[in-house]
This record gives sequence, structure tokens and C-alpha cells, in this order.
Amino acid sequence: MIPEIGHYALILALLLAIAQSAFGLLGPLSQRSRYLDAVPFAVAGQFVFTALAMGCLVTSFVQFDFSVRYVAENANSALPIFYRVAALWGAHEGSLLLWIFVLSLWTVAVTLRSRSLPPQFVARVLGVLGLLSVGFLLFTLATSNPFLRLDPAPPDGRDLNPVLQDFALAIHPPMLYTGYVGLSVAFAFACAAMIEGRLDQAWARWTRPWTTLAWAFLTAGIALGSWWAYYELGWGGFWFWDPVENASFMPWLVATALIHSLAVTDKRGLFKSWTLLLAISGFSLSLLGTFLVRSGVLVSVHSFAADPARGIFILAFLVIIIGGALTLYAWRAPLLRSDAGFELTSRESFLLFNNILLVIAAAVIFGGTLAPMVSDALHLGTLSVGPQYFNPTFLLPVLPLLALVSVGMHSGWKRGNLARVRRPILGTLVLAVTLALAICAGAYDFSVMLLPVGLALGLWMALAALVDPIDRLRRGLSLPAGIVGMSLAHIGLGVLTIGITVVQSVTIERDTALAQGAQTTLGSYSFRFEGTAPAEGANFSATEGTVTVNQNGHEVAVLKPQKRNYWVQQSAMTEAAISSGWNRDLFVAMGEDLGQGKWSLRLQVRPLIQFVWFGAIIMMVGGVVSGLDRRYRLPKTAPVTADVTPAAGVQGQAA
Amino acid sequence: MKALNRFVLPLGGFALLVLLLAVGLRQAPDKGIIVSPLIGKPAPALRLPLLNEPAVLLDAAETFKGRWYLLNVWGTWCPECRYEHKALLDISARYQVPVLGMDWKDDDAAAREWLQQLGNPYEQVVTDHEGRTAIAWGVYGAPETYLVNPAGVIVYKKVGGLTMDIWQREFLPLMTRSGS
Repeated sequence: MIPEIGHYALILALLLAIAQSAFGLLGPLSQRSRYLDAVPFAVAGQFVFTALAMGCLVTSFVQFDFSVRYVAENANSALPIFYRVAALWGAHEGSLLLWIFVLSLWTVAVTLRSRSLPPQFVARVLGVLGLLSVGFLLFTLATSNPFLRLDPAPPDGRDLNPVLQDFALAIHPPMLYTGYVGLSVAFAFACAAMIEGRLDQAWARWTRPWTTLAWAFLTAGIALGSWWAYYELGWGGFWFWDPVENASFMPWLVATALIHSLAVTDKRGLFKSWTLLLAISGFSLSLLGTFLVRSGVLVSVHSFAADPARGIFILAFLVIIIGGALTLYAWRAPLLRSDAGFELTSRESFLLFNNILLVIAAAVIFGGTLAPMVSDALHLGTLSVGPQYFNPTFLLPVLPLLALVSVGMHSGWKRGNLARVRRPILGTLVLAVTLALAICAGAYDFSVMLLPVGLALGLWMALAALVDPIDRLRRGLSLPAGIVGMSLAHIGLGVLTIGITVVQSVTIERDTALAQGAQTTLGSYSFRFEGTAPAEGANFSATEGTVTVNQNGHEVAVLKPQKRNYWVQQSAMTEAAISSGWNRDLFVAMGEDLGQGKWSLRLQVRPLIQFVWFGAIIMMVGGVVSGLDRRYRLPKTAPVTADVTPAAGVQGQAA
Repeated sequence: MKALNRFVLPLGGFALLVLLLAVGLRQAPDKGIIVSPLIGKPAPALRLPLLNEPAVLLDAAETFKGRWYLLNVWGTWCPECRYEHKALLDISARYQVPVLGMDWKDDDAAAREWLQQLGNPYEQVVTDHEGRTAIAWGVYGAPETYLVNPAGVIVYKKVGGLTMDIWQREFLPLMTRSGS
């Protein structure tokens, strides 16, 4: 009964989504405000029914209803309740339902938060969001219904891959989806502006917090995925340029560009068509990512069971949504002109460089991700694009980008008189370079050229981001959330840069043989093998090695890696030990028993790897703080209906 | 007109992309419904103890060198495996294809009893208690069946229970096409 209610709720949600898009998009064409008033009701109804559908599927999981095929395939009676709930988005059908639910949440938020905006504009935004919802609901009901039954019902479900039962992995998809889907708000705002044929500074102001919040979720989602890969999979790294990782990283880069170009459109009324294009591309890339992952066109370790029929549906959906938006763009964007100028050293031009470099970085990844497909399509043979391509080509645009951040932050709008801000810029640069050289000399060395460069850039960014807030505090000025958020995000980027630079340049790895009591040195750490002792677990006995790690004569960690023998199976497994500290991870795995108490060991020192996630967290917090800034929510003193753009003539066309 | 062209460019780029995706999609069915990134790749190492002789490790690559074989992942805790079992017995009897059973995260005694009761379709049965090998093969749940060709390359993977019908429709053509 419950699955049928869920199924039925989805159908009702689809009908309401159709109503929402019809009233939202066609309503403004009529003079009657009644049509516009209907839109929020459709939004509310759709939310209620998608929530009901989610609730039904969760209930089926919680109650072990194995007659529901999706439940039987993704949970079994031994699965703890937390993972049974998380199993909902463990596979294709449920994650689509989650996607729809998240879209509905964003739509409700937009409805509630946009009451001060012109009603026609809001109706169009909600109409576009409704159209997206229609597409996803149709897709779910037609090709991927999670409520289908099995007859006869199996007595128990399938056992899940234990790797997937992990906290970080359970919350990673909802975070990522919230980010992906959040970009649909900026997309809908862009479409509504293009339909109306006008885009003013107020528009950019409304769009900014939504984009920033979506970006924050995207940041968190990507960081969680990376953290999981490092700790749980033990892949020995945090980023693999896997197609699915790239699919989430491209929208992130474009969203980052969008945040910055929106700032220019907001403050100066410039970059209008560019901002629109970014808003369209950001969401399009999220959709494209979905297509690539779900259709089987690209295969990756993350792939769900892919089905070409689904691929055809998503492709058609892409053509309608992205093709439609880009057609609208080709038609309307030429009408959005801005004639204000700016100087080379103004903040506008720095943000322009920022945008160009970010888009190049996204394009580089886009090319690398699609290259195997192009090669396949043209029958040029199988092509595999890996870190050898991505690492250097990604650095090319990103290094200058990072260098420009610290200067750009202090440049003024319109007239960039850099001389005025020379002191903080040069001061922080000198300080950063000195610190970087000192750190290299003190803790690491100069063997890798990128190390001092990356360190200096990261430190410079973090220091430069502090200048403005400190200056404001000292002058007794208020410190708006927007500025705090921006500073935090840039500090986070600095920390991330430092982390990635150091991990990539200074990680030391060694396979060595040690007798009991012998020691070896990795960097400033000495690892002493204290010997082995028997240990026992629930279903295994193990040889547990003890390795004490000393630094400067002080014991910093005792690691106990195990070589396990499972009783029944009689086979050996290696359980590595990791000790995490703020400034390094120490890793020991046992190899072979070489006799007479001698063992082969794999030792690693990964400095500053925590900074990678720590930096991402700071960036995310910055995004949230900035996105919640009250300035974006209060209506501007100028009435929002006033048309600031010289494109007023277009309005007649739209009506 | 010239100004307009610039704004049509993204649409043109997108059209190209759609073309590429459509071509990619058209080729996807040739590869079958892709359920594993490992299809077309050499099978991961499988070196696991035998169910009946836990002291002996079986190396799949060595044992099945130059032969087609099926790797069937199962467990006594898996109800769908019970439904599938009969089909496996039929397939191994009628088509003489060697089936390697991987008893996944299971109790050895229960597994032996299961085979005694229901019959043994497997040429060999190995046990994977910890599930590490299963992870390497990308096993997501039981039952799953992999088809490996004589060169040791995974040709096909079936998620869920096998039936005679699925065997004849999805597995057999793959083996005959390349002449087994």
C-alpha cells in the first residue's frame, strides 16, 4: 500500500509541476493576476507530494518491504537504520527522487524569499523551475520508478558492498545534489530575465545569494567525496580526475566564475550577457554530468548500472532545457548592452581575468573528460586521459588565477588605482614570500619548485583576505556578512592551495625491511619497528606490528598495523594504520614476514593533507555566511521595478 | 548581424556536443547495458581459499587459463541466489561452461550444506569472507555473474539472478560470436 501511495504522489507532483510551469510561464502573458497567484500553490502542492513520495520510500526501507524492488536491491535486514535511510539514494532511482525533492525544496525557498520581487518575474522563475521538475518527474516515472514491486517478494534483500556503508558517503550525495540543483535557481533567474528581455543590477543582486549557497553545498559535496576516497577507499590520494569527479568539478568552477561575474553585474551593471551564459552553463554542466554518469556513455568507477534508454531520455531533456536556454540567449543577449567602461587595473578587469581563467580551467577538464568519447565516436581507438594530462593543464590557468586573487581583492571598482592599495598588497606579498621561504627552509626543502611558489600564493591569499576585514574593524566600520564570507572563502582557498601544494610536493613514501628494534627515517620522522605481537578480532587472528614514530626525540605516534588471518578463510589481509595530525598523516602497512622478526613495511608521511579538507570547509562556511547576508534579502532602496538597462524596448517584444 | 553571431556560438557548440553525445549513445548499446567499468578489461586478481580445502588458494587466472568461465557471486544469506541456483545447475550441465562460485561473506559450514542440499553447479567454489576481492571486482550485491573470456578479460556482467532465458539471450551470443 505505502509504495502505491508514493507512486501516486509522484504522479500528482508531476501534474502540479505541469501546472506550475504553465501558470508561471504563460501567466505573465495574461493581464489576470489570478494566474500568477496560482503558482505558489502549485509549488506548495508539489513539495507536499514529493515529500510524501520520499517518506513512502523511506518507510519501505525502514520496514524492510522487500516486495519493493528498489528496497530489495539496495538494503537487507542486517543493514542498520541509518544506512537504510541513506540507501534511498544508493542507486539510480532513489537518487533521482532525492534530486526531485531537493529541487522542490529550493523552489519553496525561492517562493518564500522572493515576495519582495516583481510578481511576474517570480512567476517566470518558478515556471522555469517547474519545467525542470516536469522533466525529472517524467524521467523517473517513465524509466526509473523506485516504487515498482517484485512478485514474489524475496524474503531478504541483497547485501551491500560494505565500502558504501560509510557516513561520509551517506551524506555526500545529498550535499552534492543540493549544490547541483541549487544552480538551477541561477539558471531559472537567467531564463526569466531573458524571457523578460531585461536584466538590471537588481536582478544580479537577487541571484547572488542563491548562487553562493548552491556553490557552498557543491564545495561541501565535492570535499566529502574526496575525503571518503582518501580514508575509506585508501586510494592513497584525494583527487583522481575520474569522470564523475570531473562532472562535479566543472559546475563548481563555472559557479565560482558566476559568483564573481554576478558581483560585477550587481555593482556595475556590466558583464550582463556573460553572466547569463555562466548561469546557463553552470546548471547545464550539472545536467550534463548526470547524463554522462547515467547513460553509460562514459564509464567510471562511480557509474550506476547504466541504461541507454535512460540516456536517450536525458539527451532529449538536455536538448530541450539547455538548447532552449541557449536559443533564448542567442536571441536576447545581444539586446543587453552595457556601455560603462573600466580600467585595466580596476576590480572589473581582475574579475574578468578570474572568469576567463576559471572558464579555461573548466574547459580543460571538459576536454579531457570528453576526449575518450570523441576518440570513440570517430573510431580513433580507446583513449585514456589521466592525471598526466589533467595535472599540468589544470595548473596552467590556475596558477595565474591564484596569483591574481590577492591583488584583485584590493582593487577598486571602475578606476583601479592600485597605487592607493600598494601597501597592503606588497606588504602581504613580502610577508607571504618570507613565510613560504622560511617554511620551505625550516620544514621542507627546495627540491620541488612548485612548493615555495604554491606556499607563497596560498599564504598571500590568506593574508590578503584578512586585510580588508581588519582595516574595517580598525576604522570602526561595520563588517557585513558578505565581506566576512568573501574573506573566509579566500582564506579557505589559500589553505586549500597550501594543502594541495605540500601534499603533492612533499609526500614521502618508502617500502623498507625492518628488523625488530631497527628504525628508518622519513623526512624528520623516524619510524622504529618495535616488533610484533599476536592480536585477535571477532573472526580473525592477527599479527600486530607496533611502530613508534619519533620526531626530534619525542614520540609522536604509535601505529599498530595488522596482518590479519581470517580463521575460516586462512587468507591474509593487511590493515594499514593511519595517524592523523594537523600537519601530517603518518601511514604504516605491514608487508611480508621476512623471518627472524624482520618485516617489510610500507611507510608514508603525507604532510598537510588535512589542509585540503580544512580549506574546503572554510570555503564552504564563507559561502554560507555570504549567501545569508541580509543585504541581499532586503529590497534595495531603488524600486526594483525601475529598469536600469537601456534594453527597455525589448519588453514590448516579450509581452 | 555580426554582433548576433557571437551569441549564437554557445548554441552551435552545444549542437556539436549533442551530436557527440548522440553518437556516443548509439554506440553504447553495442557494448550492452554497461553495468561495470571493468567490462573489456582484464579480470582483477582472484586468489582465494577453496571452500572445501581452506588451506589451498585458488588462482582464477591460472585455473581457467585459456577457457571461458563464469564467476558467480553468491551467499547462503542471499534469497535471490536460491532462485538462481536451479538455473546455474541447468546451465553448467547443458552448456559445460565452467562456473567458479565465489561464496561471499558467508559461513563455510552453511555454504557446504547448501551445496549438498541443492546440488553443486560449480567447478570450484572459493570463499571471500572479508569481501576484499569482491570489492576489486566491483561486486555491488549478490547474486552477480561475470563472464570471462579465454584471454582473462571480463566480457559481461549480470547483476541479479541468472535464468536460462537470460543465459541464452545475453551470455551465449557473446561466447559464440567470438567463437569459443
